[in-house]
Amino acid sequence: MATQHSRSAAKLMISPAVLLLLGWMIIPLSLTLYFSFLRYNLLMPGTEEWTGFTNYRYFLTDPAFFAALWNTLLLVGGVLLITIVGGTLLALLLDQPFWGQGIVRVLVIAPFFVMPTVSALVWKNMFMNPVSGLFAYAAKAVGLQPFDFLAQAPLMSIILIVSWQWLPFATLILLTALQSLDSEQLEASEMDGANYPNRFVFIVLPHLARAITVVILIQTIFLLSIFAEILVTTNGGPGTASTNLTFLVYAQSLLQFDVGGGSAGGVVAIILANIVAIFLMRMIGKNLDA
Amino acid sequence: MARNVTTTRKATVTVVAWTIGIAIFFPILWTILTSFKTEAEAIASPPSFLIFDWTLENYATVQERSNYFRHFMNSVIISGGSTVLGLIIAIPAAWSMAFVPTKNTKNVLMWMLSTKMLPPVGVLIPIYLIFRDMGLLDTRTGLVIVLTLINLPIIIWMLYTYFREIPGEILEAARMDGATLRSEIIYVLTPMAVPGIASTLLLNIILAWNEAFWTLNLTAAKAAPLTAFIASYSSPEGLFYAKLSAASTMAIAPILIMGWFSQKQLVRGLTFGAVK
Repeated sequence: MATQHSRSAAKLMISPAVLLLLGWMIIPLSLTLYFSFLRYNLLMPGTEEWTGFTNYRYFLTDPAFFAALWNTLLLVGGVLLITIVGGTLLALLLDQPFWGQGIVRVLVIAPFFVMPTVSALVWKNMFMNPVSGLFAYAAKAVGLQPFDFLAQAPLMSIILIVSWQWLPFATLILLTALQSLDSEQLEASEMDGANYPNRFVFIVLPHLARAITVVILIQTIFLLSIFAEILVTTNGGPGTASTNLTFLVYAQSLLQFDVGGGSAGGVVAIILANIVAIFLMRMIGKNLDA
Repeated sequence: MARNVTTTRKATVTVVAWTIGIAIFFPILWTILTSFKTEAEAIASPPSFLIFDWTLENYATVQERSNYFRHFMNSVIISGGSTVLGLIIAIPAAWSMAFVPTKNTKNVLMWMLSTKMLPPVGVLIPIYLIFRDMGLLDTRTGLVIVLTLINLPIIIWMLYTYFREIPGEILEAARMDGATLRSEIIYVLTPMAVPGIASTLLLNIILAWNEAFWTLNLTAAKAAPLTAFIASYSSPEGLFYAKLSAASTMAIAPILIMGWFSQKQLVRGLTFGAVK
């Protein structure tokens, strides 16, 4: 009786959250899907009509789509590479005993808390600006020509900015994982004569494998949706040189008012994100059983 | 001898770690320093590091010219409001899943997480149109609703991992000792649940404060929080380095401080309990 009662109370307690998330998922998703099959432009209200897969055909054959897809891959891949390698090295360093550990940790983590628009603008103006940025000053000081980062290598510059924002996240998680490593195991292998590279490859790296996977998956989810950094630095340009999928869909729908085409792009973005999501969910699901 | 070696080693690690730490923190430090310079000193070549006429005039100018305080309050209301609303919805849900689990609990949790994987750009257009038709564009209410919904899965997950660590035996023991449901909640459960709720609150305020997809797309001037306000500096106005720095320093300072307090919870919250 009591359990029956508490069961129904439990259901009642969950239902607001479930209903809200269900609505949040189903209503906009089905609308996006519906719009993607319409010819629907905000500048021409009242002319909506069913066009089947036309929007998809246009979106998927648009050279801008391939540029955006490639840029998205470069952006996600580049940031992952920098943050995972850098984060692992940094975590190994911070795991050593040294004076002022707490303070250095706080300094290293800080960029993660800086809002995307601030970090992008600070980097763009105060560091990468070819006239009055610090990098330009440093280049001139050693006799080099200042490099116009955002004009000559827009995507690379954005990768650098985003990496600076996400390096703390990777470092913090890998450091947390390192600290749970059994030191006896390391000592035993040291006594058995294993040198540092061997200990790293055969003991530390396997121990970190799971944390690295988690970092990759979670960062990928966020990195696929990078938007603010592009908006305030390059606006996707020059041309489509720094347009990713998220920015392309934004530009198509809210700047060109092409709701149909933008929606088709949105559906493509959802499908791509889902491929990553499936792997992430499996990992987290496994942990739930443990 | 051995002791000597370890001290040398420790000193070396200290130097390397501090150098890297300061290098990573440098853009933030530079922003803070520049906010106290005059515009002329901010672009001076060679750049002045500490020796310049410290001034607070940029902070005053930013407030005067653009009513900075209103955007700051928008950020406070939007991030605070969405977090509190999210907690009100999430606490009962996480509570019942942690203490009255059914065979579906795991599936429900995983499904909630899956909604977080939805790329925002995939639902941007419908939300934009619905908001336009309901008059919610550029309103704080609209943003509170959206941010509550996008962060709800994270709040529920975090709370769930905390609640699950509260041992059920303690509740039984309290009941055996004759505690009523009311005193059980007040004296036993609440003290154990509060730390988890507090860390969830902190992390969620940070996430909502820095959210920069919906806040940029759904606001114009009226309800713009700091993320969107700072974005307006992407125009040539951004070349006023000292003012950009002052506006930025005020925008990141509260979150930086909160963030440092919550670094432990950050790992747990953002990995959905997969790394602790």
